[in-house]
Amino acid sequence: MARRKRRELQEINASSMADIAFLLLVFFLVTTTFDSDYGIQRRLPEKRKDEPVVKETKRRNAFVILVNREDRILVNGEEGDIRKLKEDVIEFILNPQNKENLSEKKLFKSKYFGDVMVSKGVVVLQNDRGTSYKRYIQVQNELAKAFQEMRNQIARERFNTTYDQLKYLAERADEDAMKKVEAIEEILPLSISEAQPKNVGGN
Amino acid sequence: MIRTKKKKTTPAISTASLPDIVFMLLFFFMVATKMKEITLKVEVRKPKASAATKIYDKSTLRSVYIGRPTADLVPLYGTQPRLQINDYIADIPDLDAAVNDWRNEINEAERLKLTISLKVDESTKMGIVSDVKERLRDLVALKISYAALKTTETAEEY
Repeated sequence: MARRKRRELQEINASSMADIAFLLLVFFLVTTTFDSDYGIQRRLPEKRKDEPVVKETKRRNAFVILVNREDRILVNGEEGDIRKLKEDVIEFILNPQNKENLSEKKLFKSKYFGDVMVSKGVVVLQNDRGTSYKRYIQVQNELAKAFQEMRNQIARERFNTTYDQLKYLAERADEDAMKKVEAIEEILPLSISEAQPKNVGGN
Repeated sequence: MIRTKKKKTTPAISTASLPDIVFMLLFFFMVATKMKEITLKVEVRKPKASAATKIYDKSTLRSVYIGRPTADLVPLYGTQPRLQINDYIADIPDLDAAVNDWRNEINEAERLKLTISLKVDESTKMGIVSDVKERLRDLVALKISYAALKTTETAEEY
C-alpha cells in the first residue's frame, strides 16, 4: 500500500551557526592589527642651486646641540642632560628675563596678534653618523615637546584653547583654526636647523 | 490541601541570541580589519616618542623602512641595516624611482602633500638615515615623518 507522505519542509538546524560565526570571529580577531601612524613630522630644508645661503647667526642666537657617536649630548659646549633639554630650549627661545646669552628678539607685525616680539633663536642640531636613531629621536622628541609647549601656551593665552586642538581642527579643514595655527606658527616657528652629520671614526 | 512538592530547577539560559551577538562582533572586526599590505623584510622596532602626532591623511603617506634584514633573509642580504621600499629590499638610489612612482599614484592636486614616513629601527645608526634624508632632499620630497610609538610623557625613559 502506497502511502503518500506529506513532506514538510524541515527547518534547518541553526545551532551550529554560532560555531561558524565564532570561527570567523576568531580569525578576524587574530588578523586585526590596529596600527595607526604616529610620527614626528618634519620638513627637510630645500636644496638651493643658485645661492648657497650663508646666513650669519649671532652666537647668542644659536642653541647648539651636538650628539656624538656614543649618544652623549653636548649643549652649547657643555655636556648636557636630555631631561633638561626641553626646559633649556624653552628658556632659550622665550628668554623671559632678556638675558644677554640667550636669544635676541625682534619686532614682528602679526596680522592676528598685532606687534609682538619674536625670538631670533635657532636650535642647531648636529649628530654623528654613528649616533643611534633612538637617541636622535629622543632629542627630536624633546625639541618637539618644547615647541609644542610654547605654542600651547600662546594658544591658551590668546584663544583659550590648545595648539594641539587647533591643529586637530585645522586638519579637518576648519578655516578659522587654520588661520590661528598659521598665526601661532608665524610667531613661534619651528626653528630647528640640522647641520650635516659628522663622521667621526667611520661607521 | 495537599501540595505536591515541586522540584524547582532553574531553566536553561536560552542561547538563541548567541549567534546574533557573535555576528555583531564578527561584523565589527570584519570592518575594522585592515590586512597587512606588505610583509616586512627588515626588523623595525620603532622608537618611543611622546610628541609624536597622528597622521590622518594616509592616502598621501608612503613608508620607507630601515633596519636589519630578518633572520631568514640574513644569508641573502647580510646583517647590516638595509632599506625596504614597498615590498623589496632596496638601496638608496632606488628611492628615485620609488618617489616617482608614489607621486604618480597620488592625484595631481595632492601631489605636494606626499609625506614619507621613515620607519627606522631604533638601533640603527644615523648614517644610513642621513643618506636617505639627503637623497629625499635631492628629490624634493621634503615632507617626512619619523615614525614613532606614541607614549605618555611619564613613561619616557632615557
